[in-house]
Amino acid sequence: MTASSPARAPADTTPTAPIVSIKNVNRRFKTPTGQIVTALQDVNLDIYPGEFISIIGPSGCGKSTLLRIVGDLLSPSDGQVTVNGKTPHEARLARDYGMVFQAAVLYDWRSVIKNIELPLEIMKYPPEKRRARAREMLNLVELADFADHYPWQLSGGMQQRVAIARALTFEPSILLMDEPFGALDEMTRERMNIELLKIWAKTQKTVIFITHSIHEAVYLSSRVIVMSARPGKLVKDIPITLPYPRGPEIRDSEEFFHLVSEVRSGLRA
Amino acid sequence: MAEASLRSDVSNRTQKLSGEVNRALRGVLSFVVVMIALVVLWQGIKAIFNLDGLVLPNVEDILGALFQPIQEGKPLLGQILLGAALFTLREAVLGFAFGAVLGFALAVIFAHSRLLERGLMPFVVASQTVPILAIAPMVVVWLKAGWLSVAVIAAYLTFFPVTINTLRGLVSVPATALELMQSYAATRREILLKLRIPHALPYIFTALKISATASVVGAIIGELPSGIQDGLGGAIINFNQYYLQGPQRLWATNLMAALTGIVAFVAVAIVERLLVRWSPADRN
Repeated sequence: MTASSPARAPADTTPTAPIVSIKNVNRRFKTPTGQIVTALQDVNLDIYPGEFISIIGPSGCGKSTLLRIVGDLLSPSDGQVTVNGKTPHEARLARDYGMVFQAAVLYDWRSVIKNIELPLEIMKYPPEKRRARAREMLNLVELADFADHYPWQLSGGMQQRVAIARALTFEPSILLMDEPFGALDEMTRERMNIELLKIWAKTQKTVIFITHSIHEAVYLSSRVIVMSARPGKLVKDIPITLPYPRGPEIRDSEEFFHLVSEVRSGLRA
Repeated sequence: MAEASLRSDVSNRTQKLSGEVNRALRGVLSFVVVMIALVVLWQGIKAIFNLDGLVLPNVEDILGALFQPIQEGKPLLGQILLGAALFTLREAVLGFAFGAVLGFALAVIFAHSRLLERGLMPFVVASQTVPILAIAPMVVVWLKAGWLSVAVIAAYLTFFPVTINTLRGLVSVPATALELMQSYAATRREILLKLRIPHALPYIFTALKISATASVVGAIIGELPSGIQDGLGGAIINFNQYYLQGPQRLWATNLMAALTGIVAFVAVAIVERLLVRWSPADRN
């Protein structure tokens, strides 16, 4: 547990430029039958450096689509996205962000440590530096003993920790996480939440986190964005005023309960 | 936060080893039992339908023929067939190599160009529907009789499974695995080398196992129009011609041809075991 660090709610920081700026973004696509479906409608959102943003909404509301637009894995039909002052495409080429998916997506033919080294190989780090950095990340997620294991020998929670280590290894400024703990059971999930906050405190990244779980969103974030059902619009922007570091006991506090209710009412709107 | 890994204890490993030995022994036992059953079935059919040695020689006669000289003062049949098998195997290995490389190259091209795939694939498929016996003599005319033409004919039978299976392996990469690579701004070459090819290895080896036996068949067939005497193809023609004088010799040749195919297959299977230990079918 780190010593108490200052709260990260945006109100406390001096005004800075947003690290991610989403303006008037729409995303439509054509179904196989030829219909036009609007996944995202008129989305506007500014995200500031060091924030932990959760995006929550019903299934199919476009949260993953929004994340992929920010990450340049999809392009918007209209609108503009700026990441670190660049277009998403430029940001992707500059390796400004690391991604973690719902499935760990580790490569079965590589050992754990070689999986973590993968981005470093592509980014042409020299071999000794790769190995040292991978070991550092493995220590960060507390899996140093499993360096030479293979992904199928690890549990789901451990695989996700490796995926997180891999996403951090090249020090991107932004972490995009698409329901990374969705496939885990509740207890593992709560443990992983604690771990993630620890890692976030140490590395100070900006995190955009997609989730289905209201409790998870409130526990982790400095701000919760609620989206409506399709066509996805931003319905509510809720600052989470709980202080960091957040121990698991904070889930039982009254303020937590109020915030959960606030998110829930936003989802029902 | 210690979470137990599934296989890290020493005791687990010793258990696993004796389990493996057990399984191997049981496999061998099962093979021997089937072998005995086949021999019993063979001789049983002979007895029931009263088949003479011309239609179905005795198993012992076939095996015995291997240890008899083919003519007075000449080497044993077994030795001759072994030499023929090795001769054919050399051609088969060459053909296998040609075919595997060609098949792999075609698959990589098709994986990256839908246009080329649509254009070329019909011809690739058509090439396989023409009987090899019709193509072999043409190859011999073009390349002159010899080991090269035999290897080309063997390659002809080898490349197709490699193309089809490798292509499948290269393009069946899960979407998220691709997105991961894209998030690293990996080039197409890096995606090919670090994702598509490793992912395709189990598929490739499936094809190579098929191709291993196909290359032996191709080499034997390739020897026929070339009039090559030293290989199994020559032996088959020879003992076919003199079938009435000694039917068990042709059967012994068949046996040797089968063993040659098995050797080729097992060689590939061993390499697969060493290289591909991670695919779901091979993990345990």
